[in-house]
Amino acid sequence: MPPKAADKRRQGQGGPSGGKAGKAGKAGHKKKAENDFPETGEDWSTGRAAIKSPDQLDLTENELEKEVIRTLTANNPHIPQNIVRFSFKERAYKLVDNMDQTAIHFTLNGYLIHKDSDEGRRQSIRSSTEAEETPVEEEKAPVEASAEATEEAETKDEESTEDAEAAGEGEGGGEGEGEGEQEAEAAEAEEPPPLKAPERKLANQFNFIERGSTTYRNPLREKGLQTDPAPFETFSENVNQWFIYDAYMEELERMEKAKEKEKAKPVAAKKDDNKTGRRLSYVELPQVDSLTKVAKAAKIAERMVNLNTYDDIAQDFKYFEDASDEFRGQKGTLLPLWKFQYEKTKKLAVTALSWNPKYKDLFAVGYGSYDFMKQGHGMLLLYTLKNPSFPEYSFSSESGVMCLDFHSDHPHLLAVGFYDGNVAIYNLKKASSQPSYRSSAKSGKHTEPVWQVKWQKDDMDNNSNFFSVSSDGRIVSWTLVKNELVHMDVIKLSADETTMQGPEGLQLQTLGSGTSFDFHKKIDYLFLVGTEEGKIYKCSKTYSSQFLDVFEAHHMAVDSISWNPFHLKVFISCSSDWTVKIWDHTIKTPLFVYDLSTAVGDVAWSPYSSTVFAAVTTDGQAHVFDLNINKLEPLCSQLVVTKKKNKTTHVQFNPVYPIIIVGDERGLITCLKLSPNLRKMPKEKKGQEVKKGPEVEIAKLEKLLSLVREPGSKEEQ
Amino acid sequence: MEETEEEKKDEADYKRLHSFPLIRHSDMPEEMRIETMELCVTACEKHATNNESAAKMIKETMDKKFGSSWHVVIGEGFGFEITHEVKNLLYMFFGGSLAVCVWKCS
Repeated sequence: MPPKAADKRRQGQGGPSGGKAGKAGKAGHKKKAENDFPETGEDWSTGRAAIKSPDQLDLTENELEKEVIRTLTANNPHIPQNIVRFSFKERAYKLVDNMDQTAIHFTLNGYLIHKDSDEGRRQSIRSSTEAEETPVEEEKAPVEASAEATEEAETKDEESTEDAEAAGEGEGGGEGEGEGEQEAEAAEAEEPPPLKAPERKLANQFNFIERGSTTYRNPLREKGLQTDPAPFETFSENVNQWFIYDAYMEELERMEKAKEKEKAKPVAAKKDDNKTGRRLSYVELPQVDSLTKVAKAAKIAERMVNLNTYDDIAQDFKYFEDASDEFRGQKGTLLPLWKFQYEKTKKLAVTALSWNPKYKDLFAVGYGSYDFMKQGHGMLLLYTLKNPSFPEYSFSSESGVMCLDFHSDHPHLLAVGFYDGNVAIYNLKKASSQPSYRSSAKSGKHTEPVWQVKWQKDDMDNNSNFFSVSSDGRIVSWTLVKNELVHMDVIKLSADETTMQGPEGLQLQTLGSGTSFDFHKKIDYLFLVGTEEGKIYKCSKTYSSQFLDVFEAHHMAVDSISWNPFHLKVFISCSSDWTVKIWDHTIKTPLFVYDLSTAVGDVAWSPYSSTVFAAVTTDGQAHVFDLNINKLEPLCSQLVVTKKKNKTTHVQFNPVYPIIIVGDERGLITCLKLSPNLRKMPKEKKGQEVKKGPEVEIAKLEKLLSLVREPGSKEEQ
Repeated sequence: MEETEEEKKDEADYKRLHSFPLIRHSDMPEEMRIETMELCVTACEKHATNNESAAKMIKETMDKKFGSSWHVVIGEGFGFEITHEVKNLLYMFFGGSLAVCVWKCS
């Protein structure tokens, strides 16, 4: 139909003009609008009206009013209308009127085939038959099917290309398939899908990729466990009224017995409480009992082991007498016996030693430090000669122990003075690691280290009491009243009773700092105080502000002061100014002076002879003197520390055995036996003269003293 | 007459004295034993005249509390030989005349 097509083209060409007519119409409307608002929009409305495209048709009003009808047809305007072909049949050129009007803008090959299409049907038939034959080979089937399908598709492809050529289009097989798809879609809507193998989708062989990969399959594991059946037991019994009655009677009897026991037990427990003071409650009884039993056995075993280990030393201690002394003249030696050392006190210095007055093998050791820059904790250990390897008791304290003293009547009470100024009483009967009594800042503790403590006789109310001396210049009496330590300042050491002139006329009283003291053996109120300035004050408990006497004894601090145990007027003092001096308290000048050419740490009278004393010096030596034998030199000066630079700090005589213990700065205590030459007196004393002993001793010392005394002083005695 | 009076008095005394529960044999843990014992006491006091219902009550309560299957025998005289799960047996007397045996065996 060429003429129709031509018409349409014409109409299409006329399109634009029609559009312009529309525009003009619009302009007309604008003009009307201009009339409505003449004042505001004159400029732009006129400007608009004036511009016209040059090819615009000038149309009359009628023409503008005219309706133009346009119809859209499916005809392609670019397809030539006037193609002619020679017809051999009619022998003439004829117009080809049936032109294809389809324009293809976009093609996309689908990846699925419709199941109702030829290809789809073929595939589905093939796959279904294969599935019926061998369902196991299903995996292979699609591959085969696809292989076959490709062949068929090729054939179909050829067909479709032929169709396309026939239609005069060079678009290839794609178009044909596209058409096929369209058809298939339509068919699908109408027909329900076949029942067989509904899941399977039919793939377009030319636009379809199947990908697959195999992964490792985790192997399965089976685990089983058979549990033990719950354990069963059999139980058999006969019961009748008689049994029940008997059982109840028995039980009642038992209960009554238990009641009686319970009544008896608390009383017994209380008794135990009173006896030991350790058992705190009835519940604790069995545990404590078993522990103490074991502890006792362990202690025995430990001692037996020690007995074996230190057998030779024990033999020496008991029987060995140095035979070579006979050839040494007056000189003597010290035989080292046990050494006492404890792991926890290796870095602490021995600051105090004291033998227990009741148990002659037991002694207490205080540990602390004399270096005021290195103050730390302190320890209090009690050793027995029977067990040199481990302390019998051990107490640790926050502050260093500076001094200690056993109570003479209650040997379980131990008074201790600390570096921080506190004093405390340890009760060895109590298992507690804490002191039984302890002073505090509230209860008048010293403000500076306590240098010495000494028990006194019980006061009139039978309360135990002790004295302490400290660098703060106070001498305090402490009394045990029930559960308290009651303090009382006995005396304040004012240095020369002088006052320092402080700023703004303030009167500052300087206090002497006491470092040691000792009470007279017989005269209760009399005591001596050694001070840091080197003076020794003779004081009385009754005068708290005055001294009975002052000795200008030393140039440096008095380290130790001690009354002679026999002669009531004689005392000994030692000092860091290298000297040991022996005094008569009625005479202001020393009777004997010994220069040991190094600072003297401690001095102690022997308990068996009035003329024997021992001193330790900071060079690690122990010196033993017997005035009766040699008034000028020590009988024995012996190095007792093993390491150089180690200082000996304290010395104490055992009250019974001829041994001394010496403590040093490294926490080591050495026990030394005096050789026969150093203790000639006690040998003589043995036998009949025991009673006369003290008088003999006094006479002996008196004889010596009279040699050095000035004739004038004799009157004073 | 005096004799009978005395007897009565004795019986009253006996009842009064023997009212407490008396565990004869048990391998239960402490807590469970006490709980079971209290349960038995409660049940026997509640059903003082009917041992059957007391036994039923104990059994059901024990089943609930400790899982099935519990068995209970209550009586004044009986003999038994049972197989029970370990730690699940209580044999006690109560009230002077009752024996209660509770055990588990599933």
